[in-house]
Amino acid sequence: MHIPLIRRGTLRRVSAWRRHRLAGAAVVLVALTAVGGAYAMVAPNSAEADNSQSDLVDKGHKLFLVGCSSCHGLNGEGVLAGNDEQNYGPSLIGVGAAAVDFQVGTGRMPLAQPGPQAAQKKVVYTDEEIEALAAYVASLAPGPAIPAEQYTDISGISQEDLTRGGEFFRTNCTACHNSVGAGGALPSGRFAPSLDGVEAKHIYEAMLTGPQQMPVFSDAVITPEDKRSIIAYIKSVQEQPDHGGFSLGGFGPVGEGVVVFVVGMAALIGAAIWITSSGVRVGSKRE
Amino acid sequence: MSNDSTTDAKPIQDTKTGKAAAGPVKWLDERVGLATLVKTFGRKVFPDHWSFLLGEIALFSFIVLLLSGTFLTFWFIPSQGEVVYDGSYAPLRGLEMSEAFASTMDLSFEVRGGLLMRQMHHWSAMLFIAAITIHMLRMFFTGAYRKPREINWLIGLGIFMLAIVEGFAGYSLPDDLLSGTGLRIAEGLMRSIPIVGTYVSYFVFGGEFPGDALIARLFIVHVLLIPGILLGLITVHLILVVYHKHTQFPGPGKTEKNVIGPPALPIYAAKAGGFFFIVFGVSTLMSAIFQINAIWNYGPYNPSEVTAGSQPDWYMGWLEGGLRIMPNWESTIFGWTFSWNVFVPGVLLLGILFTLLGLYPFVERWVNGDDREHHLLDRPRNAPIRTAFGVAGIAFYGLLWAAGGNDILAVWFHTSIYHITWFMRFAVFIGPVIAFIVTKRICLALQRKDRELVLHGYETGIIVRSPDGQYTERHTPIGQAEAYRLTEHSRVAPAELPPETDDNGVRAPTRIPAKLRAKASAFYFGDAVNKPTSEELAEARHHGDGEHAELEAAEEDGFLGATETGVPKRHD
Amino acid sequence: MSDEDRPGDELEPRDEHEAEPEPEQEPVPDPGFHEHGPRPTDLDPALELRAERQVSGMFGLATLLGLGFCVAYFAVPEDKTILGFNALNFTLGMTLGGSLLLIGMGAVQWAKRLMIDDDIIEARHAVASSEENRAEALEIVTAGAAESGLGRRTMIRNSMLGALGVLGLPAIVVLRDLGPLPTDESLRTTVWTKGMRVVNDVAGTPIRPEDIELGQLVNGEPSVLVSTGDEAVDEENHVIEGIEQLNAKAKAAVILVRMRPDEVTPPKGREDWGVDGILCFSKICTHVGCPISLWEQQTHNVLCPCHQSTFDLADGGKVTFGPAHRPLPQLQLGVDDEGYLIAMGDFEDQVGPSFPELG
Repeated sequence: MHIPLIRRGTLRRVSAWRRHRLAGAAVVLVALTAVGGAYAMVAPNSAEADNSQSDLVDKGHKLFLVGCSSCHGLNGEGVLAGNDEQNYGPSLIGVGAAAVDFQVGTGRMPLAQPGPQAAQKKVVYTDEEIEALAAYVASLAPGPAIPAEQYTDISGISQEDLTRGGEFFRTNCTACHNSVGAGGALPSGRFAPSLDGVEAKHIYEAMLTGPQQMPVFSDAVITPEDKRSIIAYIKSVQEQPDHGGFSLGGFGPVGEGVVVFVVGMAALIGAAIWITSSGVRVGSKRE
Repeated sequence: MSNDSTTDAKPIQDTKTGKAAAGPVKWLDERVGLATLVKTFGRKVFPDHWSFLLGEIALFSFIVLLLSGTFLTFWFIPSQGEVVYDGSYAPLRGLEMSEAFASTMDLSFEVRGGLLMRQMHHWSAMLFIAAITIHMLRMFFTGAYRKPREINWLIGLGIFMLAIVEGFAGYSLPDDLLSGTGLRIAEGLMRSIPIVGTYVSYFVFGGEFPGDALIARLFIVHVLLIPGILLGLITVHLILVVYHKHTQFPGPGKTEKNVIGPPALPIYAAKAGGFFFIVFGVSTLMSAIFQINAIWNYGPYNPSEVTAGSQPDWYMGWLEGGLRIMPNWESTIFGWTFSWNVFVPGVLLLGILFTLLGLYPFVERWVNGDDREHHLLDRPRNAPIRTAFGVAGIAFYGLLWAAGGNDILAVWFHTSIYHITWFMRFAVFIGPVIAFIVTKRICLALQRKDRELVLHGYETGIIVRSPDGQYTERHTPIGQAEAYRLTEHSRVAPAELPPETDDNGVRAPTRIPAKLRAKASAFYFGDAVNKPTSEELAEARHHGDGEHAELEAAEEDGFLGATETGVPKRHD
Repeated sequence: MSDEDRPGDELEPRDEHEAEPEPEQEPVPDPGFHEHGPRPTDLDPALELRAERQVSGMFGLATLLGLGFCVAYFAVPEDKTILGFNALNFTLGMTLGGSLLLIGMGAVQWAKRLMIDDDIIEARHAVASSEENRAEALEIVTAGAAESGLGRRTMIRNSMLGALGVLGLPAIVVLRDLGPLPTDESLRTTVWTKGMRVVNDVAGTPIRPEDIELGQLVNGEPSVLVSTGDEAVDEENHVIEGIEQLNAKAKAAVILVRMRPDEVTPPKGREDWGVDGILCFSKICTHVGCPISLWEQQTHNVLCPCHQSTFDLADGGKVTFGPAHRPLPQLQLGVDDEGYLIAMGDFEDQVGPSFPELG
């Protein structure tokens, strides 16, 4: 019987295509696309953005488990090592988002090797990852939060606040960090680092959380406005030109003493040698 | 203009300038005897060696200090009265501060050229003291303090001491945080003086620290009292140099009875005058390129503020080091407290150093019994013990200086401050001893080398094999001038102990000083390597393969020896 | 001081045990002074001209730089920078410095290359006076002493010595008012009294215990040193101002630190001197008086930046390293009815550096 549904040529064409060597691959591709597209149309719409807080904390938890828990414990409770219960990694419960933002944001954490103190090095995590980690640690217990923009934005600082910031800086900070924030020595190989190039946010967080040996300067005693003033002063003192010439590292009389001999006396003694040298003489022997 | 000999020059009074100046010159001569002065000083001779110019660096720096300092006094206000800063340096605007600090800020930011002058003043102060130190070391190592120059040595020490106090007073005047911390430490040092410490401190500061009297008092000490005394001392110092005539290094033609060099007019005047401008210029260029004492960063003094890395200026660094490494000993005797931890390094050390330096010429004279005038300098190697003492002193000073910067060292080299401090506590004693031994050995070795050179000449590297198979190296004799230079010093030997009893059997009254002297003399000269005698030299020349026999004949026809590569030396 | 005043060229006869070494002992005879040979500029007129141009060039450039200084002084604005330095300072310094340096170099180059520089041999004269001068001097002094009769007239001599000697005393006595005498009160007490609030230095705000967190350091001062801005209120509270304020602060500055109470081992009798683990110590080092605030929160050590004296605040301020001898004085803390931290009295230990009467 003659079936008029499909034209004879078409069947032959389809049959030929079925025997094409790429036919199998094409079928799989079509099937996947169909199934995937069908799923996408009917699946719930949850993959749109990870911004919700619980997702952030989750993401942070995952990052924490991979990069931090070996020293800080699976739940941030800290790890105590054997002898003398020296902290292998301190507890992070209650340190707050600010501490994480500072430590990870300046590259101090993850710690590359043990030593007198955690050294500032290349930052390993992206900004989003740091945010996630901070959110996770903050979720463990209440602690200092990352400061609001208004306290770390020092543009438009008033004259009065700038001067006041200097007074605070000289009273609270220069003993360790030096008058221009060049840093200073602490016992046993530790040191107060230079403040050069440190972000305003990180300076704030360091004051707030007291990393390692640095004391805490809580918001109740040094208010957020005062902290802003201090940061503004630090930036002004570091970004100002060296009015009188090379500042020799900002370490004061020690550098100046080196220059006196290495530059000044060397030049003058060199001049003295030049002045008294007998110069080129024709045909004479030197004494 | 051709360089004709001076005898062909036209008499100055016949030249155009001479004729014009004749009137004023005569006027002056009739009042101050100008011609006699010119006659006496015009052709004075100044030996030409670079190390003789070190004192000039100090002198010229002092003149720069006077000039720049006078400029500063026109703006600086030596008062601790409070004033609110209203100048152009924003971070301190609105802050209450002393007038001293505010006026220094004005000098730095409002007065054009003020910062340059401030920096020039400070840099040349540091150069002044650095030059004095190196000049003093040169004096010491060449024995220039020997008779008749002991008084000048003592005057020089006086200048040195006053210069240090002057510098300290000067950088404390701006009343900034760093120098104020230094004054606080000075007050603690004063308190540590046994029995009278609090009285000294209260009288200097006019009461408790900080008080409001000090800056004004320091100002007068700094601009009037000490500069006046310094001017007087420097004048006497220079008069003595002119009277004694300058020393000179040994060499051909130079004896204890003459001095050889270019004359004051015109060479020395040009060189010394030029050097003044060079010192002035270098100090100014340093002030253009290197910042010093940036008081705006320190802020005004406040007794509850301090900066990390607080150090005094370099010349006080060694005292600072002493304060840092001294163990914390304090004792109470009969109800009086003795703060050894502060008094010993802060006050006693300074006194001990200057006493030792001042006594040294006399101690050396006592040891070697040498009462001759000395106008020829010693090469340091020819006085091994003296040189060794000098290097040991430098080691002691240098280690204390490094200890004064122990926190900066800890930061730069990532070490523990405590380790550095403990190291220094032992190093300041062991280091000088090691330095002494090593230096003495080096000097003796150099003296032996000189002896070898005189006796046997240079090694030429030419190896000769004699008929019986012996290998020797051929030496060429050094020139006579060189040989003379190497042998112009005196022979030394340890002093002998005088006999216990004299010819009549009477025992000598006190033997202890004599015994002490003999021991000291043995210490000084026991290992002495003396220059060869004529017999030894003659023997060395005839000994060996006979190549030296040519020397005597060669000297007659002007043979001057050979260079180290064997090329004969000539002169026209 | 001219040459003619000195009779002859002889040096003083030397000490016997330093006889002039006999010529035979000197191994190498003096070859005599040899003058320097000529310089290239002495022989070659072209080189001479070049040297002359060099010297004049230096002086010429110095002239320009000197004028440049004057131009720069007025032309360069005070707020510009160059190479990161203040432009005015830099330009003024380089022009003036360059000018001075070139003048100096020109003068020296002139002397070295062009001036005739034959060395001169000048004879030395003995430093000591000649025998004749000594004898004459002695005669003069003898005559002077005899003519004054000082030797004979002992009464005049003694009374004169007395008068001149005594003059030393007024010179010392007149300096008495340089300063007040030290008193026990000024040496041993500070302005702290019972009930005085501990306030934040600079801000002047009072502090509650709950404001201070674990590991915190507060730089504090007595409230009597803080002006409220209202004169009447200040008057009533006896607020100290001016130089008295600085004098008081130099002894009364304090630090507040908070540690875990179980980490603190207070000295006997001072167990209740803290508040919830908050302790108050003097900020003034007992070595030579620098303010200390290098607090290491984990080791409980406070380090003085001046000479590295280290005090353990968990152990009563004991000295653990460095040149300070006495422990850091502790101030007893309490809380007033409004909940702010107050002192419970003055320091019981001596604040600041030791002194002889400390005993």
